[in-house]
Amino acid sequence: MANTTTAPHDDPALVAAFEARIAAGESIEPKDWMPERYRRQLTRMMSQHAHSEIVGMLPEGNWITRAPSLRRKLSLIAKVQDEAGHGLYIYCGTETLGVDRHELVNQLLDGKAKYSSIFNYPTLSFSDVGVIGWLVDGAAIVNQTILAKTSYGPYARAMIRICKEENFHKRQGFELCAHLAKGTPAQQAMVQESLNRFWWPSLMMFGPSDTDSPNSGELLRWKVKRKTNDELRQRFVNLTVPQVQALGLTLPDPDLTFDEATGNWTFGAIDWDEFQQVISGNGPCNHERLAARRKAHNDGEWVRAAATAYAAKRASASTEAA
Amino acid sequence: MTRPSVAGDRTSGAANPLVDYLLRIADDRLVLGHRLSEWCGHGPILEEDIALSNMALDLIGAASALLALAGTVEGKGRDADALAFFRDETAYRNALLVEQPNGDFAVTIVRQFLFDAYSVLQLDALSRCGHADLAAIAAKSLKEDKYHLRHSSDWMLKLGDGTPESHARTQRALDTLWRYTDELFVPDAVDHATAALGVSIDLDAIRAQWHQLVADVVGRATLTLPASTVRATGGRSGRHTEHLGHMLAEMQIVARSHPGATW
Ligand SMILES: [Fe+2]
Ligand SMILES: [Fe+2]
Repeated sequence: MANTTTAPHDDPALVAAFEARIAAGESIEPKDWMPERYRRQLTRMMSQHAHSEIVGMLPEGNWITRAPSLRRKLSLIAKVQDEAGHGLYIYCGTETLGVDRHELVNQLLDGKAKYSSIFNYPTLSFSDVGVIGWLVDGAAIVNQTILAKTSYGPYARAMIRICKEENFHKRQGFELCAHLAKGTPAQQAMVQESLNRFWWPSLMMFGPSDTDSPNSGELLRWKVKRKTNDELRQRFVNLTVPQVQALGLTLPDPDLTFDEATGNWTFGAIDWDEFQQVISGNGPCNHERLAARRKAHNDGEWVRAAATAYAAKRASASTEAA
Repeated sequence: MTRPSVAGDRTSGAANPLVDYLLRIADDRLVLGHRLSEWCGHGPILEEDIALSNMALDLIGAASALLALAGTVEGKGRDADALAFFRDETAYRNALLVEQPNGDFAVTIVRQFLFDAYSVLQLDALSRCGHADLAAIAAKSLKEDKYHLRHSSDWMLKLGDGTPESHARTQRALDTLWRYTDELFVPDAVDHATAALGVSIDLDAIRAQWHQLVADVVGRATLTLPASTVRATGGRSGRHTEHLGHMLAEMQIVARSHPGATW
């Protein structure tokens, strides 16, 4: 860490040695020298990921108190709780890069940090819980399976652990959708309507198209990213379309066709204007999500102050006793 | 002239007092677990989102098992979900304490602490009762609730002996909720009737132990035990505060909007 703080510009020899390690497939650990850009890119990606886990608790959390069976209520609470655990775990991983969790949380609350665009969409029916598990956790898995091979060791290890739980969430979400797709006419309509609403936003989760992705080149060279946004998006579509068909549901894309030559499902144009609106803070729920996080943070201020004051009293009591 | 007695409530399954008895234990946990789950995503620190969710999972899990047992004992084909989602507020048998709204974090912690202290004593006694299925559920929940009690006691100390603000908030919560504690220990016709079936716990003994446990933590938290003798009761016979109806309206809306559907 001392290397980067003392050197305003990265030493070309050190950069060359670092890139040679990456090329050789070595993993980079917190104590290793790394270019300042690499540290910043990772801090950006990991903190965005952690924020996404935390903000991502809100849309599904919206249905905890209305879940229509005890079993669904329990699994929904457990899922949202898992996401809190993921956020905590990745915040800790980000601290290995020398960034304090509180600093990151403040960036989120100040509206300066990004998080996944998908969580700025509202959850309007209970089947959204199923569709989010299936598509959103499913898309996260496509991303994270690749991230598990990222060059930064702590992030890669976090992804392996988290991916196991995301897989469970995805199966649970799919199972709920499958149940509703075979349910009453109202349940069938409900799950189809959820799928219609969440399909396009799910595709946007993979970020801008490769032609329009400013950070991708460097991230790929440093093996922070291992696949481009468009490659991952295509992989997700290819995986998901047969699942949709298996449930007897449809996707809201008249241009969706199977390309025999490539084996890919080609899909229609993504509304990038909508994506830009959402990531620049003007999506349907950006305001509500940040307001909810700020409220929790502000309402909790006195609780955190109490815990700190109590710990300080305990500490001084034990020093006096010693 | 015959007056409708509370014990004869048409929805309470008066034919078998054990059903009522099981519903009381189940509903305490379902309602409190639901209240805790309202915090999920909104806690004062991330670690507490996780801890409160854990307690919610334990409590609702125990409620599911107890409701299923109540449905079996009742023998009218009602399963746990039917009892949770299709009973009106007057058929709910939880104590008034657990239905009180979350308020600030101090209210949530004090409510939890007062209940946990009762719960570990109650479950310990029930784990040795004459009904094998109930005893087994109680034994499992007891392990979980001991952990809850440790957690809520820790927070009582942190909040009570933290800052002047946290102290004031916690004392206020204790003063407000105290009126709902007496109800936990007053035996009624249902308790007497189940005693004949080998299911009974000594509520007087539990009250004394509870008082000692609560007084100890409250004292160490630099708080004061309320002197008030105002008592609010009625939950055990379905006479609730107005809060429960709103909670159930939210909890039951989806299930009741789709009669006959499964989830
Ligand atoms: Fe997650
Ligand atoms: Fe997940």
